[in-house]
Amino acid sequence: MAEQIIKTENVSFAYTGAEGVAPLVLNGVTLDIEAGSFVAVLGHNGCGKSTLAKHFNAILLPSGGKVYVDGMDTTDEDRTLDIRRTVGMVFQNPDNQIVASIVEEDVAFAPENLGVEPAEIRRRVDEALAAVDMSDYAQYAPHLLSGGQKQRVAIAGVIAMRPRCIVLDEPTAMLDPIGREEVIDTIQKLNREFGVTVVLITHHMDEAARADRLIVMDHGQVIADGAPRVVFQDVEGLRSVGLTVPETVGLLYELRQAGLNVPLDALSVDECAEAIAKALK
Amino acid sequence: MLKDITLGQYFPGESIVHRLDPRTKLILTVVYIVALFSAKFVASYALMMAVLVTCILLSGVGFKALFRGMKPVIIIITLTAILNLFYNTNGTLLVHFWKLSIYTGGIQMAVMMVLRILMLISGTFLLTYTTSPIQLTDGIESLLGPLKKLHLPVHELAMLMSIALRFIPTLIEETDKIMAAQKARGADFESGNLVQKAKALVPLLVPLFVSAFRRADELATAMECRCYHGDSGRTRMKKLTFAFRDGAALVLGAVVLASVLVLRHFGF
Repeated sequence: MAEQIIKTENVSFAYTGAEGVAPLVLNGVTLDIEAGSFVAVLGHNGCGKSTLAKHFNAILLPSGGKVYVDGMDTTDEDRTLDIRRTVGMVFQNPDNQIVASIVEEDVAFAPENLGVEPAEIRRRVDEALAAVDMSDYAQYAPHLLSGGQKQRVAIAGVIAMRPRCIVLDEPTAMLDPIGREEVIDTIQKLNREFGVTVVLITHHMDEAARADRLIVMDHGQVIADGAPRVVFQDVEGLRSVGLTVPETVGLLYELRQAGLNVPLDALSVDECAEAIAKALK
Repeated sequence: MLKDITLGQYFPGESIVHRLDPRTKLILTVVYIVALFSAKFVASYALMMAVLVTCILLSGVGFKALFRGMKPVIIIITLTAILNLFYNTNGTLLVHFWKLSIYTGGIQMAVMMVLRILMLISGTFLLTYTTSPIQLTDGIESLLGPLKKLHLPVHELAMLMSIALRFIPTLIEETDKIMAAQKARGADFESGNLVQKAKALVPLLVPLFVSAFRRADELATAMECRCYHGDSGRTRMKKLTFAFRDGAALVLGAVVLASVLVLRHFGF
């Protein structure tokens, strides 16, 4: 069996406000995330997916249940730094993650915090910038970059820690289509070429379709978990929790409702076209 | 309009002034200011002027950029000149009309004060023009380092400064956006008297502050995710190092200060 990088056991969580106990945001989430995999977490707003993500590197601690990162319990305060250097996190708004006013200084921020030797920091910064294809911009001021470029700098800032896993919380929500493409390609490259485990929180179906495994959440619970091809076949189930399916699957579903015998597991446009052509023969 | 602000602006370059250690530049700036305020007479002013012009030429920043940055202080300079012109009653009376009179001492004083302010501003601008914000805050942190022993939060202050500098362009952009959004809904920022104008800023400032706090919150989380835990065990990618040129520059600075003090003593 492959190694589990993140493991949650029956995790529940409620934000405690001034007016007493709030409703549960997470309600009994049990998950294993395999090292080296590319996992997408899907769900509509308020389903608890961002809250779950924040449990993966001890930014939030579970109200009930346990979260283990590489075997470390996230409630163990002595291990917090080790946990955070194992699981890096990228957020929605790139502007609010960039600390320094020069790109390479920002990428150096995390290794500096970890007390890495200056020469080694230099090496990691250059590698991280190369990995996200931003080496040419090392001396730029972040506010002069496009949204997609800023987000890639933010990703470089996280991979300079050499984490084993990166959790991305809707990293493309504020980007234009070109920026989205850049970021998703970068994420996929990190996963394929560098073997970094990726957990991508998203509400874009086409992004989720690129993962190896898809987890669907609703009301703080996991309601579906499996390969995207399989999960997307449950069109009614997904629609009932306020999610759409990729356009290709949607089209095949409509055709099937209309009586055409097509399979539902086509994710790319080519696959979809082929499936329809086959059915029409 | 807001984009013209030159506060803390940095012109990248490779000149000798750029390559000096930020700590050297900070110390020299302080020395320069002390020398400038010690200068009393023509000879010492000439010396300071020569020093300043040499530094500007060496930095390759260009006089144009320096003067552009000076626009906001023109009012202060004019005011200083006028006040000194009329309030100084030394020397011989030159002109007298209505209640105002101009003495030779007044003219001398006005010229001196204007020169002093201009040189003070150019000198400090030269520091920020040739030193990146990060280097500047690193330099301040390192120079104030001994104060850490007194439990002063030196590292935190330096961090605060560099984050503030990092967010200036972001918040300016945001202000422009909010302004446009409020104008689109009929807000009027231009007409009316001063009080009305100030009141018109409320719908601009409230969203700006709300968003700044939200940003601060998110930034804090992002910093925690990147293992920020204050000063302890933190290293730097670019270590500040004193080179030969720094020693030479400091010696030159000391010589200039000493000369000004000597000139002052002998009344030149």
